[in-house]
Amino acid sequence: MEATASSRTTDGVWRERDTTPAAIEEAIRRLLNEAHAENASYVPARVMNLVCIVDKEWSGEIANRLRRVGRHHPSRTVVCAVEPRRTTLDAVATVAGPAETKPGDFAVLRETVLVTCGPQHLARLDTIVDPLVVTDLPTMVWSPHGHPEAVDALRGMSQIVLLDSVSEPDVGEALRRAADLAGELYVVDLAWLRSTPWRERIAATFDPATVREDLRLLSSVAIRHHPDSAAAALLLVGWLGSRLGWELSPLVSRGGAAGSRVGTAHARRQDVKLTLDADATMSVPGLAGVALESASGRALRFDRGEGGLRARYRHRQRGHEDVEREWTILGASRGEAGILGEGIRQALLRDPTYGPALEAALVLVR
Amino acid sequence: MSAADAENPLVKGLERLPVHPTVLVIFGATGDLAKRKLLPALYNLAHEGALPERFHLIGVSRRDKANEDFAGEADKAIRSFSRREPDDKVLSALLAEVKYVPGTFDDPAVYTALKTELDAFDAAAGQPLNRAFYLSTAPEFFPVIVEALGTAGLTESAGQSEVRVIIEKPFGTTLAEAQDLNARVLSVLDESQVFRIDHYLGKETVQNMLAFRFANSMFEPLFNRNYIDNVQITAAEDIGIGTRAGYYDHAGALRDLVQNHMLQLLTLLCMEPPVDFSADEVRSEKVKVLHSIRPPHRDEVFRAQYGPGTAAGEDVAGYLQEDGVPAGSHTETYAALRLHVENWRWAGVPFYLRTGKRLARKVTEIAVTFKPVPHLAFGEEGSVGVRPNQLILTMQPNEGVSLSLGAKIPGNRMRIRPVNMEFLYGTAFMSQSPEAYERLIMDAMRGDATLFTRNDEVEAQWRICDPVVRRWEDEPEQLVQYPAGSQGPPEASELLLGDHVWRAI
Ligand SMILES: NC(=O)c1ccc[n+]([C@@H]2O[C@H](COP(=O)([O-])OP(=O)(O)OC[C@H]3O[C@@H](n4cnc5c(N)ncnc54)[C@H](OP(=O)(O)O)[C@@H]3O)[C@@H](O)[C@H]2O)c1
Repeated sequence: MEATASSRTTDGVWRERDTTPAAIEEAIRRLLNEAHAENASYVPARVMNLVCIVDKEWSGEIANRLRRVGRHHPSRTVVCAVEPRRTTLDAVATVAGPAETKPGDFAVLRETVLVTCGPQHLARLDTIVDPLVVTDLPTMVWSPHGHPEAVDALRGMSQIVLLDSVSEPDVGEALRRAADLAGELYVVDLAWLRSTPWRERIAATFDPATVREDLRLLSSVAIRHHPDSAAAALLLVGWLGSRLGWELSPLVSRGGAAGSRVGTAHARRQDVKLTLDADATMSVPGLAGVALESASGRALRFDRGEGGLRARYRHRQRGHEDVEREWTILGASRGEAGILGEGIRQALLRDPTYGPALEAALVLVR
Repeated sequence: MSAADAENPLVKGLERLPVHPTVLVIFGATGDLAKRKLLPALYNLAHEGALPERFHLIGVSRRDKANEDFAGEADKAIRSFSRREPDDKVLSALLAEVKYVPGTFDDPAVYTALKTELDAFDAAAGQPLNRAFYLSTAPEFFPVIVEALGTAGLTESAGQSEVRVIIEKPFGTTLAEAQDLNARVLSVLDESQVFRIDHYLGKETVQNMLAFRFANSMFEPLFNRNYIDNVQITAAEDIGIGTRAGYYDHAGALRDLVQNHMLQLLTLLCMEPPVDFSADEVRSEKVKVLHSIRPPHRDEVFRAQYGPGTAAGEDVAGYLQEDGVPAGSHTETYAALRLHVENWRWAGVPFYLRTGKRLARKVTEIAVTFKPVPHLAFGEEGSVGVRPNQLILTMQPNEGVSLSLGAKIPGNRMRIRPVNMEFLYGTAFMSQSPEAYERLIMDAMRGDATLFTRNDEVEAQWRICDPVVRRWEDEPEQLVQYPAGSQGPPEASELLLGDHVWRAI
């Protein structure tokens, strides 16, 4: 991206090979003081700490993703880049602010620490990271390239963990790992956030008192998802099951990894047929469509469409003509940067329905 | 209990609560406010997926044009004024079925045509949709439109749907007008259907005042006459009236900012904790504060006008030299007031309000000055000395809270000077705040009136300001002039009690 006048930044940079956490911490403090001395409008951001554990060779890609997150950026980002066979720590600390500030206005500084470490550091990563985070701010851990031992090492010093269950090869493993972490930390799962617009739409559809009764009469739920995004679909079913008090049992796989999962949930009045289909035509992670049917003859489906979700409604009643309608529910696709930004924003919130939905989803993959 | 009575089990935990399918009708849809604020707000809501699952827009205004032409104008307005770059697909989906009804607001045919469009949307949806009528017109049309809607039968709700009317400001320009407007509006609508806009209340910064006061236990015990010496509320602008002479010369500073926005800030600062945050509990507490304020006496108010001066290093015209201002105008561009909230909590604490155009700086803030310490154990020699603590709530330009504290000057003597402990909201939340109109449009469509002015509230505001407005109109005197770009007229200090001084702007 080309720097424009308004996006140009002034950076204070410090780097050292074979360094120590204490030296890094001192350097950030000094960079902050220097920035403030240079321009009193500079103030440190104090939203939260984001600790990322990444493979060194992919660290540039992760940095790009974080940059694109833009407005939901956390205050201090500590990136631990893991390099095979490394035994010492190298570090680069950057404190960046906009080059131009208006008199009387303030400008938020962004603090980034890149620590290059070796695999053997991961099991005690807390001893490296703890001195580098701002105390009294919430700390979120994100480890997009695996390294579960590093996340475990940071459990005691963080409050939030960011996951994306859709990027794990085995969805059952991914959900079990999320549940394990959820015992101690607040889990923000991007797979769950991918289902948010769909959950909002389903909730809105059944909000008018006249159709709410149909929630008890649901007889079928069918979800289409990106072949890698079964986790988002399972969480959506888990959400419906946990909110509506369904008794769930494991789904049966058909047609291998990219195929479908089918099963039945027991609602109080009747059984609900569950179908999760991988849609190979889908190019982005997440859900492609949701179709709901009720025993009262109503059928509703939402599919990704232009400018939002395409909604189709059909009502069949004996002795009456079929009613069919189609409309668009407005909304822009958030894109992958948008989802990550949303994940970081969610770190400051608490969704009480994720835990029960995750528990229910675990039953589906048992 | 049937399922229909039960809560919707699916809404728990959702950030965006469902809103009943709605048709929004904007009267004055080709006007300045619609173009700069309302249409861009609708786009941003659509972008975020916040609009109801079925949403339709109808524009009504005078000039004849086709639906597509109105859609084209709306597209242009959104592209120019939206806070985010529009996504072409969402924008075209939003405007795909937009309707436009031309005609003058007093013409019954407009409402017949409007009804046809509204009924067609209901039929296509297979259910009665909510109807929200947004009156973004000159105020003389507010009662005309409401009454015509009533005559056309458009204010009655069908089945589960609701009809709501959003009314722009100003809500009357005198107490009598506000009362008359309320009477006419409420002869057609129930108060629960009426949403009077004060866009200040849609601002995050203003809502934060409620969080500051009622989510923190450490300030509330001090928020009363025992600890607070005086309060200053300032809404200063550095700009002049620009091209708005037509509007401004009829309004003046008192009507433009004090009667509505500044009294809102005052009530939020002074209100008792509400039982809950429902619209009526919050508004009832605010009204109680307004009822405790008597209209200010002659020596408790002051008005002035900006004369020629300097702003940002450039010579600028005085108010009387601005384009469109009538010669010899007596309209005030600066107003200062001393108010007293005569209740158990605040009796004896003066509240100083001031607002003005072409002042040194743009700032909106509330400064709460605490009483001095009862006994000073150390001398002040060789230092500024101990000053009363001040709590400053800044709304603009940098939203924040700062607290002045006495601190020891380093050295071997006990010398004290004030230092600041500062908090800036922008450092703790990095997300972009929604525009006030986005929040207000959603709240109105959802039927939540917390951030709208109630009928008794607007009348209570007028009861305080109306005698001043009338006195000023009846006694047109040569107004004191303050140089543009200055701190305002020094004479405004005359209404301050004791040794109080205005804070520097
Ligand atoms: N502009 C702002 O920044 C602002 C800020 C706060 C509050 N407000 C309030 O918002 C309201 C609207 O202000 P505005 O600045 O948008 O006004 P405006 O630019 O003058 O727009 C007036 C609108 O009303 C229509 N109109 C005028 N007379 C009509 C008639 N007899 N019959 C039918 N349509 C008629 C015009 O239609 P045509 O275009 O077809 O003539 C136009 O759409 C006012 O109450 C104002 O106090 C405005």
